[in-house]
Amino acid sequence: MPNEVEKIVLGRRDLPNSHELDVYLNSGGYQGLRKALSVNPEDVVAQVVESNILGRGGAGFEAGRKWSMLKKATRRYLVVNGDESEPATFKDHFLIENDPHQLVEGTIIAAYAIGASRAFIFLRGEFALGLERVQSAINAAYRIGALGRNIFGSDFSLDVVLHPGAGAYICGEETALLESLEGKRGFPRIKPPYFPAVIGLYGEPTIVNNVETVSNLPWIVTHGGSAFKALGGGRSTGTRIFALSGQVRNPGLYELEMVKTSFRDLIFSQELGGGLRDGRSLKAVIPGGVSAPWIAPDQIDLPLGQDEVAHAGSMLGSGSIIAMDDTTCMVRAAWRISRFFMRESCGQCTPCREGSSWIEKVMARIEGGAGREEDLDLLMDLCDNIVPGVSWPPAQTTICVLGPSIPSSVAVGIRMFRDEFLTHIKEGGCPFD
Amino acid sequence: MTRFESDILAEALEIVKLYPEPRSATIPLCHLAQSIDGYLAKDAIEHIAELTETTPAEVYGTASFYDMIQLHPVGKYVVGVCTNIACMLQGGYELLEEVESTFGAAIGETSADGLFTVEEVECLATCDRAPCLHVNYRYFGLLDSEGVRKLKEDLTTGKIEGEVPNHGVLSRVKRHAPELISMKEIDDLRTQEDKLKADRAAGKGSGNA
Repeated sequence: MPNEVEKIVLGRRDLPNSHELDVYLNSGGYQGLRKALSVNPEDVVAQVVESNILGRGGAGFEAGRKWSMLKKATRRYLVVNGDESEPATFKDHFLIENDPHQLVEGTIIAAYAIGASRAFIFLRGEFALGLERVQSAINAAYRIGALGRNIFGSDFSLDVVLHPGAGAYICGEETALLESLEGKRGFPRIKPPYFPAVIGLYGEPTIVNNVETVSNLPWIVTHGGSAFKALGGGRSTGTRIFALSGQVRNPGLYELEMVKTSFRDLIFSQELGGGLRDGRSLKAVIPGGVSAPWIAPDQIDLPLGQDEVAHAGSMLGSGSIIAMDDTTCMVRAAWRISRFFMRESCGQCTPCREGSSWIEKVMARIEGGAGREEDLDLLMDLCDNIVPGVSWPPAQTTICVLGPSIPSSVAVGIRMFRDEFLTHIKEGGCPFD
Repeated sequence: MTRFESDILAEALEIVKLYPEPRSATIPLCHLAQSIDGYLAKDAIEHIAELTETTPAEVYGTASFYDMIQLHPVGKYVVGVCTNIACMLQGGYELLEEVESTFGAAIGETSADGLFTVEEVECLATCDRAPCLHVNYRYFGLLDSEGVRKLKEDLTTGKIEGEVPNHGVLSRVKRHAPELISMKEIDDLRTQEDKLKADRAAGKGSGNA
């Protein structure tokens, strides 16, 4: 039975006061940066390319490849994306509060590798304690010579600035995040260019990396890219933090070697999720944030790997896994997810703005007992208007991926639990109330 | 408030200096204004516009996009209850009802004593302790009705005054660092480094780009 074995980013989890500098320094802190500064930036890039670490934010793009796409320019920026808002995702929140020095060290390493003019750590505004702790970690880094001029006596100089968000899911999308950092509404930018590595913050080439991705860098630099790549399997190298929630006995964060563990192990293993509460049975699993289509109980032997989940018609996304038991009303679950998208749509694109709100209204009607049988066709039609063919991976009809994420839960809910939808309609109410 | 003054004004000016373009300070300054008033007052909007070299309309346009920026006065404590999927599965809506009745305010409203404003919020990334809520962005998880009752008591009696600070998530965030390296100086440094890098690449050949 796979346990949590290799700890890379959660290595200090059990240390008391892991957010304090002395604890960090006594547990290998800043060794990665010292090692990075002893070699050329391109050698650091090579190690990260070798590690093949996939971005931990949700899209899963190779971080090293992203860095290599940075357009040549005198001025370029690094922005760390700590706007974690995908429902049921709580890994970055933990890293930010409990290992802020690791995040800051990773940020400096990334900035050195790409030669950033300045680095910004964009944290979700709601993370009040996280903002305090990351700022303290930045202050400490200046104090010990890890930031400012001539870092650790090298020729490299850098400033890191902490920036608070103000409550908008869409700012997790990297171009919306940059707009927000520029002091504007969080409107995703029109593509192309597809990557801020070409045109980013203030129009300059910019690399945007997720908190967990960056937090892996001190370990990768210290141990080498090949040591990271030796873990996991296929394209999914290393370990990853999985955030388990829902009606399981032991919800929480589990850092696991990728691919070596299945959804079944994570949810049911005694050392991990511990199974469902009160001896209930599993009804469905949301495998990677609410943008991902649900998977059925007979699919849970799938390994926790990026390509493996993609081939099964869903996505590992942000690594958040929600187990729903047999007391869950699937209409209510799908309705709540559609309500989330309705509230968080930025409103730029018609399919997303109108589609999310129509879908939410029809879903609320069914859950509330006023649904009609033809509502199921209407819902599928609305989904089809946002994502032609209601396919997965979804067609891109809007500026960003929020829109195409809307149909996932509703469409898969109707496909998997059609009878439950019909019961709501026939009985004029929710059978779980 | 009328405008940022004395220490707060000094802090506002420091924030503006952190960015290559002053407009980037808009949201941090909105948080700063909320630490004084709990919401973004009209005078604050005008002062932020001056400091960020924008217009009040632009500041308002940005501010009104974001859930955390309050455009109307709020109670001493804003209580945000999560009802998103992970909390909903563990009784998030029941918690919301409990909070509304215990704290004496419906969603979007403030209790008669002016202490509590209740909001329904999206996922707070605290799902292992669902159902959860925040009070001025301090998080409380695994709450049942007894927990809500006790929380209200602790807030009302001032027992957790230190744990739950005033409004404005930046109220305890202080930057202690030397003056930033100017963009001009950084541009020169990077230009030199890029030249060294190009020389190294030329020396090595193009085999392992």
